[in-house]
Amino acid sequence: MTRLKADARHSVRFTLNGRPAEGEAEPRMLLSDFLRHQLGATGTHVGCEHGVCGACTIVVDGMLTRSCLTLAAQADGCDLKTVEGLAPSADRLGVLQQAFRRNHALQCGFCTAGILMSLDHYLAKNSAPTEAETRDLLSGHICRCTGYTPIIQAALEAAAKLASSKKETSDA
Amino acid sequence: MKPPAFDYLRAETVSDVLEGLAQQGGDARVLAGGQSLMAMLNMRLAKPKLLIDIMRLKELRRIERKGDAVVIGAGVRQADLLAWPELADALPLVALALPWVGHMQTRSRGTICGSLAHADPSAEMPLALVALGGEVLLRNAKRRRRVAAKDFFAGMMLTARADDELIEAISLPVIKGSRFAFREVARRHGDFAIVACAAMKIPTGVRLAVGGVADVPTARNWPRLEGSALDDALNAFAYDLGARDDVHATARYRRDLVRMIGRDLIGEVLQ
Repeated sequence: MTRLKADARHSVRFTLNGRPAEGEAEPRMLLSDFLRHQLGATGTHVGCEHGVCGACTIVVDGMLTRSCLTLAAQADGCDLKTVEGLAPSADRLGVLQQAFRRNHALQCGFCTAGILMSLDHYLAKNSAPTEAETRDLLSGHICRCTGYTPIIQAALEAAAKLASSKKETSDA
Repeated sequence: MKPPAFDYLRAETVSDVLEGLAQQGGDARVLAGGQSLMAMLNMRLAKPKLLIDIMRLKELRRIERKGDAVVIGAGVRQADLLAWPELADALPLVALALPWVGHMQTRSRGTICGSLAHADPSAEMPLALVALGGEVLLRNAKRRRRVAAKDFFAGMMLTARADDELIEAISLPVIKGSRFAFREVARRHGDFAIVACAAMKIPTGVRLAVGGVADVPTARNWPRLEGSALDDALNAFAYDLGARDDVHATARYRRDLVRMIGRDLIGEVLQ
């Protein structure tokens, strides 16, 4: 049993996009704030902070996770994937990211990191999603710019592309 | 929009949880998937002094078929139950209702028992528990007890759980040879239900359970009714639920939904 005191900072360690990461957090610190403020991983965005908007969505131990509804302390020892881990290298975009760019699936980009994480996670398990399934998945995200249609186009295009070439990780 | 300060206890055994609850009582809250509690903390609607994280306890992660019931442990996530291969056969009503709980991104973390502990009157799992006549298995440091669904929900976000008790599991009956239907109206799929209804065929006729209208999910049984007798029964039930106007819908709209969805679902299960 581990009891972490409210007024002290405690070490938190996990794997972030395949690399070890470490920092200190009070028990009340949200994982979203820990990523952004302690680790400088600002790709994960923070919108509503009560689990509704989906901007902060990441993957923790293979589960889609609202990082604003998760404590940094809960992530200790876990395997985390954030938007920073999607591109195959610093100067190349992944297939899904390219599809977003081609289809104008983002405008201000605030919601995009969370949507990319949801779609990346979903497409890895469902190689041929229908439009209805994609819409259902996107119901967990709020985008105020695009009207969602270009996001759905991008998702379906990326799914088709990934299915036709399973080994390809980038079209750059 | 940041949580207040609290101690965080990562439980490694169930007795860690029960001891923490015994010591801290009403100042302690059990943290499972966090999909309701963390939002309450972020909005400072809950200010516990101690959070007890139960998600590292493997013994609470079980879905077990015990005779004519399915026992679902406190750590079972909504996505775990949706992926359980026996779900559609053993608990068809839950299989219908579960996809309406939040979104894929919250079902992946949120637990079944956590939703019941939170006791939102518009939530789907409390409605399913009441419709099926399930039980909540509570445990403190000294004893275990079972509470029937209809006695568990005490009001809006209030339950019969004592401050020192853990919801260890729930038990849902496996009902063979019945028919079930579920429908919900919300602004968007995954939002809180304005009205949610579950219907099932029972030996004496039909049961309709309604969430989102009264302060607790409420079930009513009728013999086989048809035509205006059914309309009258649904109308009386809709009024008995005591709907109120709020920002999402008027009381009258809620009563309309109860009458219309109720009639459709009863038609479906009695076909």
